[in-house]
Amino acid sequence: LSTLAVLEHKEGNLLPQSLPVITAATKLGGTVTALLAGTDAASVAAQVAKLNGVSEVLTVSNGAYDKSLAENFAPMLQENIKAGGFTHVVAAHSAFGKNIMPRLSALLDVQQISDVIEIHDDSTFVRPIYAGNAIATVKSSDDIKVLTIRGTAFPAAAEGSGSAAAVQESSADPKVESSTTWVSENLAKSERPDLGTATRVVSGGRGLKDKDNFDKLMPPLADALGAAIGASRAAVDSGFADNSLQVGQTGKVVAPQLYLAVGISGAIQHLAGMKDSKVIAAINKDADAPIFQVADVGLVADLFTAVPELTEKLKSEK
Amino acid sequence: MTALRILVPVKRVIDYAVKPRVNAAQTGVETAGVKMSMNPFDELSIEEAIRLRERHPTTVTDILAFSAGPAKAQDTLRTAMAMGADRALLAETDTELEPLAVAKLLQRVVKDEDRNLVILGKQSIDGDAGQTGQMLAGLLGWGQATQASAVVVGEGGRVTVTREVDGGEEVLELGLPAVVTADLRLNEPRYASLPNIMKAKKKPLVKRAVADFGVEVGARLQTVKVVEPAPRKGGGKVEDVGGLVARLKELGAL
Repeated sequence: LSTLAVLEHKEGNLLPQSLPVITAATKLGGTVTALLAGTDAASVAAQVAKLNGVSEVLTVSNGAYDKSLAENFAPMLQENIKAGGFTHVVAAHSAFGKNIMPRLSALLDVQQISDVIEIHDDSTFVRPIYAGNAIATVKSSDDIKVLTIRGTAFPAAAEGSGSAAAVQESSADPKVESSTTWVSENLAKSERPDLGTATRVVSGGRGLKDKDNFDKLMPPLADALGAAIGASRAAVDSGFADNSLQVGQTGKVVAPQLYLAVGISGAIQHLAGMKDSKVIAAINKDADAPIFQVADVGLVADLFTAVPELTEKLKSEK
Repeated sequence: MTALRILVPVKRVIDYAVKPRVNAAQTGVETAGVKMSMNPFDELSIEEAIRLRERHPTTVTDILAFSAGPAKAQDTLRTAMAMGADRALLAETDTELEPLAVAKLLQRVVKDEDRNLVILGKQSIDGDAGQTGQMLAGLLGWGQATQASAVVVGEGGRVTVTREVDGGEEVLELGLPAVVTADLRLNEPRYASLPNIMKAKKKPLVKRAVADFGVEVGARLQTVKVVEPAPRKGGGKVEDVGGLVARLKELGAL
C-alpha cells in the first residue's frame, strides 16, 4: 500500500489545506509520497519534507503546472501514479482537488470518493451526502482509490523532529499540451485569517439587511475576536459579501473552535457548512430561527445593538 | 462562427427544500412520497444554454437535454424543454448510477449526437460528489472549466469562462469542444411559462434503456450504510451580551 498525496502551493509556500491531506494519507497505513508540481516545486519540497508522516517528496518542476490546469495536470498525475505504482491518491476537496481529481479518476477508470471525512480502512471511507443530512460509508472495489478529503475532518500535519524525507525530481512528466489557457485571477485580499482554516469565524446573514451594515458591523467584530469573516448564501446573493466568503453546502465548509452566526436563520444548506464547529453561537432576533437548534449559545436580540455592544466588550477585555 | 450543439445533462433529485431522511434499513435516503425536482445546478446549466442561444441565435443550433434515471425523470426532461431545450433523451434505469458511469453514458451521447459543448451542474445535491463534468472532459480529452460564474462565447469559437476558486475567481479561455460546469452565480434560471410547458409536451423525448448505450456502468462503490449525522445539542440561550461572553468563556471558546 502506497499513497500519493497531491499538494497545493502558492508563491513558494505550501497551502494550509494540504496539511490535513498528509494526515489523511497516513491514516491509510502505507508510505506517503507527497507530490508538488510547478516552477516552485523544489523550494516548497524542503518545507514538505520536514512534515510528520511524509516518506518521500516527489517534484515535477515544470512551469506548465503553475496554474493547475486539469488538462495537463491530470495526465501528469496519471503518469506518476503508474510510474510509482501507487494504490491510493489523496488531495484536498478544494477548488484544486474538485477540478483535477475527477478528471484523473476518469483517466484511471476509477470511481473517486469525494469529500471524505473519515477513513475506516484502506478501502472503506465515510462521506457526507445530501448536504450533510446523511452520512454514507462506502467501500471501493477499484484497484486505485482516489480520494478528496474534507480538510476540517483531519488534523493538520505538523513539522516532525526527525530527519527530513528525501526529495526527488520525478522523471514522469508527459508534458501534455493544455487546450485551455489561464487568463487572469481576481482573489480577495485579506489580512484576516483564511476562512477555511481559521480557529474563529464570524458569519453574517440576511439579518444585516444591507452591505453597509455588513461592512460596518462584521469587520470590527471579526477583528475583536481575531476571526475570519463568513456569510450565508442569502447575504452573498444579496450582495452584502463576496462569494468567496460563503459558508454552506455550496460554499466553504468550516469547523472552527468558535462559529458566531449573526443574523443567520440557519437554512439546512448553511448548517451543512458549519455544524461541525466546536462551539456555535448565534445572535438573531427571531427566537424560533433554526440556527438556535444547533447553537450552543443563543442570544435573541436585535443584532444592530447586540453586535456593537459585543464588539466593545471583547475589545475592552483584550 | 462554429455552430454550437449543446448537451445539458439534468438529474432528478429530492427537492432542495425537503429535509432528507435516512431510511429505516440504513441503506439510503427515503425517496418514496418525497417531492422531487430538477437538481438546482442543472437548472443553471439549462438556463445558460438558452441564454447562449438568445445571445447567438444562429450559432446555437440545438440544445439537447439528457437524463439517466427512472421513467419519472421524463418529468425533469419536460421541465428542461419547457425552459427552452429543443429535445430530450432519457437513459432509463432504476439503478442509481455513479458519476463515472454517467460520464461514460454522456461520452457516448456526445459522440452519437455530435455535441461540441456540454454544460452541467457543478454537483448534484443528493450525492454531492461534484465529479461528472470533469470525468466527462477527461474521457473525451476536452478542455474543462468548472464552477463557472460567467460564460462568453467569442467570435473565433473560443469560450471565456470565469470560474469560482478558493478566495475569488479565475478566468480561463477554452477552445471548442469543451465542458463547462455551472456554479450558483452563473445566472438566475427562468420559470417555465404555461404556454411553454404546453409546448414542451410536444417536443421530442426519446427513451432508451441504459443497456442500449453499450457502456460499462457497473458500481465500483458498495454502500455499507447510511446514517443520520450525530445530532447537535443546541438550544442553550442567554439573556444578554454579557451572558453570551460569559458562556463562551465557560465553553473555552474565548
